[in-house]
Amino acid sequence: MSKFKVNNKYKAVLIGGSAGSFQGVTRILSTIPKDFALPIIMCLHRLKHVRHGFEEALSIKSSKPVTEPCDKESIKKGGVYLAPSNYHMSIELGNTFSLSTEAAINNSRPAIDVTLDTASYAYRQKLVGILLSGANKDGASGMMRIKERGGLTIVQDPEECMIDTMPTAAMSLTTIDYVLRVDQIIEFLLELDQQYR
Amino acid sequence: MIQSQKATFDIQQSSGSKKNVEVEIADLRKITEVVKNRYGYDFSDYAKSSFRRRIQRVIEMFQFNSVQEVINRLENDSSFIETFLAEITVNVTEMFRDPSFWREARDHIIPNLFLNHDTVNIWHAGCSSGEEVMSMCIMLKEMDILHKANIIATDIDKPILEKAKQSRVPIKNMALNEKNYIRYQGQKTLSHYYEEKDGMAILDPTLFAGVSYRNFDLVKGEVFNKFDLILCRNVMIYFNQNLQNRVLKKLHESLFKYSYLAIGSKESLIWCEIASNFIIVNNEEKVYKKIKD
Repeated sequence: MSKFKVNNKYKAVLIGGSAGSFQGVTRILSTIPKDFALPIIMCLHRLKHVRHGFEEALSIKSSKPVTEPCDKESIKKGGVYLAPSNYHMSIELGNTFSLSTEAAINNSRPAIDVTLDTASYAYRQKLVGILLSGANKDGASGMMRIKERGGLTIVQDPEECMIDTMPTAAMSLTTIDYVLRVDQIIEFLLELDQQYR
Repeated sequence: MIQSQKATFDIQQSSGSKKNVEVEIADLRKITEVVKNRYGYDFSDYAKSSFRRRIQRVIEMFQFNSVQEVINRLENDSSFIETFLAEITVNVTEMFRDPSFWREARDHIIPNLFLNHDTVNIWHAGCSSGEEVMSMCIMLKEMDILHKANIIATDIDKPILEKAKQSRVPIKNMALNEKNYIRYQGQKTLSHYYEEKDGMAILDPTLFAGVSYRNFDLVKGEVFNKFDLILCRNVMIYFNQNLQNRVLKKLHESLFKYSYLAIGSKESLIWCEIASNFIIVNNEEKVYKKIKD
């Protein structure tokens, strides 16, 4: 019995997170299968002057290596990507990343809104957006864009969040398809993965 | 700079209630055409995702109700182009961004150049508001070789170039700049180099005696000189692959053999056609050396 209404139309999974999201992210990355069907693209708030360490810390916990893409790098089917420090990360039509050093948005660079907005433009209804714990409103308007363009929206259950400002802001701005705990998000991703097998 | 951040924030706050104009790729093409035909600037090979977001931002800032209104304004009001250009090309920069790059420049690149040269020619391609030029001049001053450097700083955007020429930075940005400078491990403190006036840090003008500023469009401009070091950090990220190829050819032509090109830490030449004419000297800091003409 499937718990979620999923099918195999999706092309990418985006994850946004800030304060209190690290544990959730590592739980997700350590549980997904090595050959997970879709690219996972993450934009997580991070210290702007620390270029190294985050990618490595996530990779240790992850079942697949995590990479910080260079500008114009192609998005590969099974890749796990992390927005590099002090750059905004966008998705281009034609399945590549592009980076920018435009002003911080919501005091953040990388800003989750930038990645979600550009990804939802590129993938339209074929995008799953997941927003985890966080202490500001970054990501809310990006989730709204995903919804407007027909994609699927998921937030971490505010009850479970260390800081619930981020998912709550998204919930008040747009329709959220699923409000889930991390273990349910993992269940969702596994079920999603099954659609491609 | 903070001003513009605030504007972005307010827009986001209100975007829930206000009607949202969706900018499509076909709209970008129309706008690009008007700007090209009427003003001679060519944005057709800019990276679409950030170009689209910038147009979206122009629409929200000036409260246009449609893309057509933007086009009409561009067609009928020639004074609007400067504002438009400033919004499309805005690139926020810091002094000593990536302190480890500046250490690499101080400890390796510049000393290497002076092994064979008495003077060096440096080009800041896409200098924006000038923070990298300021960093360069302070670094060279502390190395006691500032008088041996000829520096040219160029940008497509005239108003921002005027700003660069004045060598002043909003005082509220200086905390971050100072932090970068400390991580760079400079000899003094940044406050040694500026005076505070009316909310601005005004840098010592004698630092910039050897700098010339000129308006230059990397996309359309002709090669105008040869250099020992070109800094083009986080500029080509706004271009698509096709335009990156063309601009890189121009930069390559503007370099003496065995001289250096520095790009942003998350940029890469490996997808460019003439990448094999360079070798990577420092992969962390993305410093390349031209090895073939």
